[in-house]
Amino acid sequence: MAVRLFSEPFDPWSLVREREQELPMEKLGAASVFVGRMRDFNDAQDIRGMFLEHYPGMTERELERIVAEAEFRWPSITCEVAHRVGSIDPADTLVLVAVWSAHRVAARDACAEILERLKHEAPFWKRERLSDGSERWVEKNTPGR
Amino acid sequence: MTINVQYFARLREDLGRDGDQVAATEGIDTVADLWRHLHREAPPPRLMVAVNQSHARLDSAIADGDEVAFFPPVTGG
Repeated sequence: MAVRLFSEPFDPWSLVREREQELPMEKLGAASVFVGRMRDFNDAQDIRGMFLEHYPGMTERELERIVAEAEFRWPSITCEVAHRVGSIDPADTLVLVAVWSAHRVAARDACAEILERLKHEAPFWKRERLSDGSERWVEKNTPGR
Repeated sequence: MTINVQYFARLREDLGRDGDQVAATEGIDTVADLWRHLHREAPPPRLMVAVNQSHARLDSAIADGDEVAFFPPVTGG
């Protein structure tokens, strides 16, 4: 299991490549990768930037718990989860969820489950900066299912 | 001994502080008791809570030395 928080921009594809160099790829027939990026629009308004607040300590514990519970449910999977915190610009990667498995169903289902649980359970809060310089807290995520 | 209370995001801004220290006294048995003791009103709707950095409920028990966090719905990912 690997769970990481980044306070600076990170390249999700580099993390995937680096992890694959350590994994027995001849055993892992499937990889499911979700990359979430910051949009420059939300609720019909232009967004210039964002601050992503978190709860140091609990955020890491929650991500580790979510991944551990997925590994219990789908014992064959290997996971890499990364999330940005702090000041973020449009197009920056916010979240990476990568899941490898022998077969496609476990990889695909575990990736979706980890992402949805992260969005509803991991303590992160988005505050958007609008084009007029004002700021607003995001009240809820867009529905996932 | 005390209970260490933390606030996050919009709740922290609305309250104007990061947290509170509460002396553990009789009558504060649950998270909801703690909120009423601090804020003199019922917990607001959609409030989330963690005790010792794990998700909890308003009726969760609290004890001396606990870290209790209150926060709005999470919006990561």
